[in-house]
Amino acid sequence: MTTATASHDDHGHHGPAKGIMRWVLTTNHKDIGTMYLWFSFTMLFIGGAMALIVRTELFQPGMQLIEPEFYNQMTTMHGLIMVFGAIMPAFVGLANWMVPLMIGAPDMALPRMNNWSFWILPFAFGMLLFTLFTDAGAPNFGWTFYAPLSTTYAPSSVTYFIFGVHMMGISSIMGAINIIVTILNLRAPGMTLMKMPLFVWTWFITAYLLVAVMPVLAGVVTMMLMDIHFGTSFFDAAGGGDPVLFQHVFWFFGHPEVYIMILPAFGIVSQIIPTFARKPLFGYASMVYATSSIAFLSFIVWAHHMFTVGMPLQAELFFMYATMLIAIPTGVKVFNWVSTMFRGSMTFETPMLFALAFVVLFTIGGFSGLMLAIAPADFQYHDTYFVVAHFHYVLVPGALFGIIAGVYYWLPKWTGNYFSEKLGKFHFWMSFIGVNVTFFPMHFIGLAGMPRRIPDYALQFADFNAIATVGAFIFGLSQLIFLFLLIKTIRGGEKATDQVWEGAEGLEWTIPSPAPYHTFAEPPHVK
Amino acid sequence: MFSRTWQRLSSVVLGLLSAPAAMADWELNMTRGVTEVSQSIYELHMLIFWICVWIGVAVFGVMFYSIFKHRKSKGAVASQFHESLGLEVLWTAIPAVILIAMAVPATTTLIKMYDTTNADVDIKITGHQWKWQYDYLGEDVGFFSNLTTSQDEIYDRAEKGENYLLEVDKHLVVPSGQKLRFLITSNDVIHAWWVPEIAVKKDAIPGYINESWAIVPEGEEGIYRGQCAELCGIQHGFMPIVLEVVTSDQYQVWLDEQRAGVEAEAAAALGDFSYDDLMAEGAKVYARSCAGCHGSEGQGMGSVFPALAGSPMALNDMAGHIDIVLNGKPGTAMQSFSAQLTDVEIAAVITYERNAWGNDTGEMATPQMIIDAKK
Repeated sequence: MTTATASHDDHGHHGPAKGIMRWVLTTNHKDIGTMYLWFSFTMLFIGGAMALIVRTELFQPGMQLIEPEFYNQMTTMHGLIMVFGAIMPAFVGLANWMVPLMIGAPDMALPRMNNWSFWILPFAFGMLLFTLFTDAGAPNFGWTFYAPLSTTYAPSSVTYFIFGVHMMGISSIMGAINIIVTILNLRAPGMTLMKMPLFVWTWFITAYLLVAVMPVLAGVVTMMLMDIHFGTSFFDAAGGGDPVLFQHVFWFFGHPEVYIMILPAFGIVSQIIPTFARKPLFGYASMVYATSSIAFLSFIVWAHHMFTVGMPLQAELFFMYATMLIAIPTGVKVFNWVSTMFRGSMTFETPMLFALAFVVLFTIGGFSGLMLAIAPADFQYHDTYFVVAHFHYVLVPGALFGIIAGVYYWLPKWTGNYFSEKLGKFHFWMSFIGVNVTFFPMHFIGLAGMPRRIPDYALQFADFNAIATVGAFIFGLSQLIFLFLLIKTIRGGEKATDQVWEGAEGLEWTIPSPAPYHTFAEPPHVK
Repeated sequence: MFSRTWQRLSSVVLGLLSAPAAMADWELNMTRGVTEVSQSIYELHMLIFWICVWIGVAVFGVMFYSIFKHRKSKGAVASQFHESLGLEVLWTAIPAVILIAMAVPATTTLIKMYDTTNADVDIKITGHQWKWQYDYLGEDVGFFSNLTTSQDEIYDRAEKGENYLLEVDKHLVVPSGQKLRFLITSNDVIHAWWVPEIAVKKDAIPGYINESWAIVPEGEEGIYRGQCAELCGIQHGFMPIVLEVVTSDQYQVWLDEQRAGVEAEAAAALGDFSYDDLMAEGAKVYARSCAGCHGSEGQGMGSVFPALAGSPMALNDMAGHIDIVLNGKPGTAMQSFSAQLTDVEIAAVITYERNAWGNDTGEMATPQMIIDAKK
């Protein structure tokens, strides 16, 4: 390298800019990843506070704290914020940080778009949250916003909601395109597709799902906008439209969406378990094929959310069989994780504890999913707390525990400091207990017949509701331990080694801890 | 055969599990219900449940065995195996077989549930925000069914009754031993009509008529309660269903009573009413049909439902007041009450609204004014 280019490189490799403009103008994948993660953590607390308001009202029968109208706003906003504001951006944040480090790329392929896709989000959620303070109130029609409750009968804030969804969609699509382009073009020499770490693989597949279905969501909210403001009747039966069409289009987006929220977590867990079992992942290739099969199947099962809308028998049977098929690739993944542990040499640091809890509790959510797939039985489960228990099991100890496990796993790499294991384990056990006390009783009250989305309930459901509320506060408050731990670790702690964990393997563990502002300016060679 | 064995096995294990907990079955589990279909669904549910339990025991068993045996602190040395085609094929094939075993009884039950032919009694069920309307097709009988739990019970100002939130003014009365066909639709948003004991849950969708059916066997007469199962707006949690199953003879008697009642009401509307009569009746109608949105003291609710106490319409505009109660306000939750309430009830509730909570107009709406306004 000549002196001239070396000095040029020096100029290019200066550290981050000073002050707030570092974050506004940054195109650095690590900065943007950090912003995504803090944003989603903030949304987790806002959405969590709403959940606690809901649980407090449900602590005992009767209306004590809030009115039914505000209750509906809280359940709706809780769902929207957790799905679009907490879980999805957290995964994009982890992808931003880790995908370039895992494939040996200097940055994301489209850094300016990366900046933009993040900075849309605060405005989208600002717009959604501000509706809480308007006269009409926030959206109150559930996060699934079925027409015509969300069109003809909606509060006027629905228009802000529609534009908010559009902005989130644009952000997600740009983020997904960026990840696809980065993975396809910036892999280090020698890193073939079938050598990519599983977190990269699962995100690669997730990104395709996002590109495929976010436009469908944009389409359905645009049809709503037309119905509300421009006199069309897509979903209005009185004008010749079809309310069930809404549900078909929504769930064509909505079902792949649930895999968007779980596949990257599969990837994280597939990184963590081999590290702490000190043993290579069992069945790498079958993991890749299983993930692809799940992604494919996710496009042909959407109407299992609609078993009670009155579809023809043949359609019910098709969607029941297709849904049951998903159990096979999902089972393969669980069996592979267990086989990875078998005859390993395991230790149980905090990331591993969260990953193990993920395997057990996600599988329980999978079992209730299989039960829900059985169409005749679904007539009794549908729209009860059994469904609430099911999707919270796959999303909280599923997706969210996956994210938390990933944060603990990579935190020493990001900050250069080990976190306090004692505090981490305390956080884990409180979360684990809280999550189960909150959501397990919901199976019982659901089977006993309590419908979801009701602000008040008959007396026979009182005991389990009270227990669930106690659990929710344990779980919610224990996330403050996590916040405290994060701040403490960023500020200092025992210095982390480059490899961080004894059994860790992969390119991200070859660079120094903390990861320098610029990494892999020279691509590494993968054998 | 298959499901029988499972059922016997499951009842043994369930008995062992629930004995120390001493909890009644209905608190934890799905109801068996009283119809053939509801019982097949229950058996299917238990079959899948126990399959899941045994898979869970096997998978988590291996996992926890590894966690306890293969830990570094016990000196375990990691093996490096990471592939086995045989195992992969095996654990793809076994679940596939189990799934087929589940799909067979599920398909049979579903086909049975979809057979709505040869019904003896047809009942049209229409969802409204937030009440159910029942029409007995060909019988000339129809009515609305409203929640009777008082606002005082809901807001903890009074002791909650035994059937809190699950009680209505008019039950859906049906005969036992006959095939009932429900034709389910909606007048506004999507609702879902659900009675767990007969395992009927069907969405009520505007523009659609969905079908479902049930036969409650003779000997299972009684009262079965259910709720709306699809988010339908603010009072979604407050539109229950009460199904009263009676014998065929009792059912015929009940139908005759209903027809006679309608005639009596029409005749009554032509009679004379005092201000006090109307106020007393109006207070009852208001609590049942209006207080859910407009508040028990006419205070309204937030910015969505206007207050009636002190409202210009209730104070000054009698014609407008009658019009909005009769015809509703399109695009809002304020619906038409002309078919839901009798002329007397409408006159009474308007009189009440114009004289309660400090709205002291002294004006009285008579049933005759309502009959004239309908013309």
